[in-house]
Amino acid sequence: MKKLLLGDEAVALGAINAGLSGVYAYPGTPSTEITEYIQNHPLAKERGIHSRWCTNEKTAMEAALGMSYAGKRALVCMKHVGMNVCADAFVNSAITGVKGGLIVLAADDPSMHSSQNEQDSRFYAKFALVPCLEPSNQQEAYDMMAYGFDLSERLGEPIVLRVVTRLAHSRAAVEVTEPKAEKFLSPSTDQWVLLPGIARKKYVKLIEKQDAMKQASTESPFNKVEAAASKTGILACGIAYNYVKEALGSDANLVKISQYPLPEEKIKALAAKCEDLIVIEDGQPVVEELVKGLLGAGYPVKGRLTGDLPRTGELNPDNVAKALGKATGAVFAPAKNMAARPPQLCQGCGHRDVYAALNQVLADYPDHRVFGDIGCYTLGALPPFQSLSSCVDMGASITMAKGAADAGLFPAVAIIGDSTFTHSGMTGLLDAVNDKANITVIISDNLTTGMTGGQDSAGTNKYEAICLGLGVEPEHVRVVVPLPKNMPEITRVIKEEIEYKGVSVIIPRRECIQTFARHARAKKQ
Amino acid sequence: MKKDIILCGVGGQGILSIATIIGEAATKAGLYLKQAEVHGMSQRGGDVQSNLRLSTEPIWSDLIAEAGADLIISMEPMEAMRYLAYLSKDGKIVTSSKPFVNIPNYPDEAALQQELDTLPSVKLDIDTVAKDCGNPRGANMVLLGMAAPIIGILSVESLREAIATVFARKGEQIVEANLKAFDAGVAYKRGT
Repeated sequence: MKKLLLGDEAVALGAINAGLSGVYAYPGTPSTEITEYIQNHPLAKERGIHSRWCTNEKTAMEAALGMSYAGKRALVCMKHVGMNVCADAFVNSAITGVKGGLIVLAADDPSMHSSQNEQDSRFYAKFALVPCLEPSNQQEAYDMMAYGFDLSERLGEPIVLRVVTRLAHSRAAVEVTEPKAEKFLSPSTDQWVLLPGIARKKYVKLIEKQDAMKQASTESPFNKVEAAASKTGILACGIAYNYVKEALGSDANLVKISQYPLPEEKIKALAAKCEDLIVIEDGQPVVEELVKGLLGAGYPVKGRLTGDLPRTGELNPDNVAKALGKATGAVFAPAKNMAARPPQLCQGCGHRDVYAALNQVLADYPDHRVFGDIGCYTLGALPPFQSLSSCVDMGASITMAKGAADAGLFPAVAIIGDSTFTHSGMTGLLDAVNDKANITVIISDNLTTGMTGGQDSAGTNKYEAICLGLGVEPEHVRVVVPLPKNMPEITRVIKEEIEYKGVSVIIPRRECIQTFARHARAKKQ
Repeated sequence: MKKDIILCGVGGQGILSIATIIGEAATKAGLYLKQAEVHGMSQRGGDVQSNLRLSTEPIWSDLIAEAGADLIISMEPMEAMRYLAYLSKDGKIVTSSKPFVNIPNYPDEAALQQELDTLPSVKLDIDTVAKDCGNPRGANMVLLGMAAPIIGILSVESLREAIATVFARKGEQIVEANLKAFDAGVAYKRGT
């Protein structure tokens, strides 16, 4: 049976039909739709497959590793920067090894459509010494789930599955297979205690598995060779394969790479019959660097490092065609009457009232800085508010404000969303409390994870209790309702808490207007 | 035969519903299809677009190349012109004529309309037409109706059927209202 699926949905359905027992994830573009699909799928519901959102990627990775320990198949999903958050658990999961199949899905975002950097998750797979699968299309994304779980169980190692935005968020028809049964509970009898004495032995084992991983890449049905008469050989990685085929059709002399570690023999064979190679890969020049090492300094290898493809930004049919000497170019000149239309906070959004109040109060403090965080409210950096001085990573608003306050900056204000606060802000707030840092923290609580489309937020109804529990003084945990009519009260509260020499937390709380409208519609129907 | 279509507008204007309907019709017609969407941050009132590729042959790239689009279907006149680099030599633009102004530096409207008229474009105040049909939220269906006879690889009737299928779970009234808006769009293009 064929089904029209987003790349993310193909991953989700592929996992369910491969006998998945749990998905663990924190929302993040472009990975969010995987978990949402599983949450709404009838078979997943019937089987009771775990799919509730986790507090962050680290808790997700660890819970998935626990499910794998118990013998069942688990999937962890995140956007690429989530790999940084779960890196400790992820890298060590390669040392412990796995029991039930474990797939770590990283959705990379070249061109930073909704992200802070272009980091390439294939580096993480190499860093942890585990295989990486990189589908070129929706069908492979589906097929690689069952394949990946089998490979994971055969090798006893986690598998990274790397997708990019253009695959995650593109639909195509996928041939769907019959669902397999879940694995039975069968906890590992091996010791997963990474004391140095045990970890050293396990690390040697991981190194010994490298040959089997290379062998798997050589034999992989996803790494294929296509021959043509050309003197230039092409290494087409993941989705890049499509752009190469779009430009050259069957005239491509190539190795398609969709499973790592690199299929070295195939690459060497291609190099031997060509005069040069061009590496076409979305993201960073991971393969280009490796292949330069593999083939030696004398063999010409082109790619992003040589300028044949752009060093930054995602691949597209145009820059790939150009690199292959097939560029066509635009017919129509760019429009004269044109303006950029950046995203903005919704009309009626509570974050707007928070920024309006904050700007009003801070106008009296010329040396103020507002440290921002990751979410819809990052848009407060743009006109008309232009309130923010920084936005770095999940939770950094509180800790950066603290560091700046330690240095003597006043007033140091942090603004963070409810979901981001529970993801990575709580530990930083504890540091600030223990140090009696002179900061004002605003937890702008819209009762949801807004930016990614309104997923449940882990701390809803718990924020005052969390702040008090971490030691913020009760009289300096203030709740307000961000509405234009409450402006006098909100500005007064902000002013009072800035003037307080210590940690204060202000919680403006009003539901996201997108989820509010959705709930209202659901009630009506 | 293949058709490459860029659907565009401002986040929240309903271009993904148009994509869903064309996708449904294409799937039923047994065509190959790829549809790249934009999710995430830009959906918050920013420019959004979807690349829709339909073909009787297998399709490789999820994205349309420059000068590759047979059709630009836009919910907003300036947004229609944002993707001119992708319009093919014989390509056409079908767009709403009514600016959606949510930025302070929106271009001069008369100059914008004039520039649009120099391009191979068809434009219509779809919001007003939708209101006149008694379906103010159906402007995207009016637009789809305008584009329907130009899409070519799919019949107008197959798109009508797809609207009925896609909106079926929302009830007969919604289906009827959307079909009425769609028909008004089709009628405009045919000059009746």
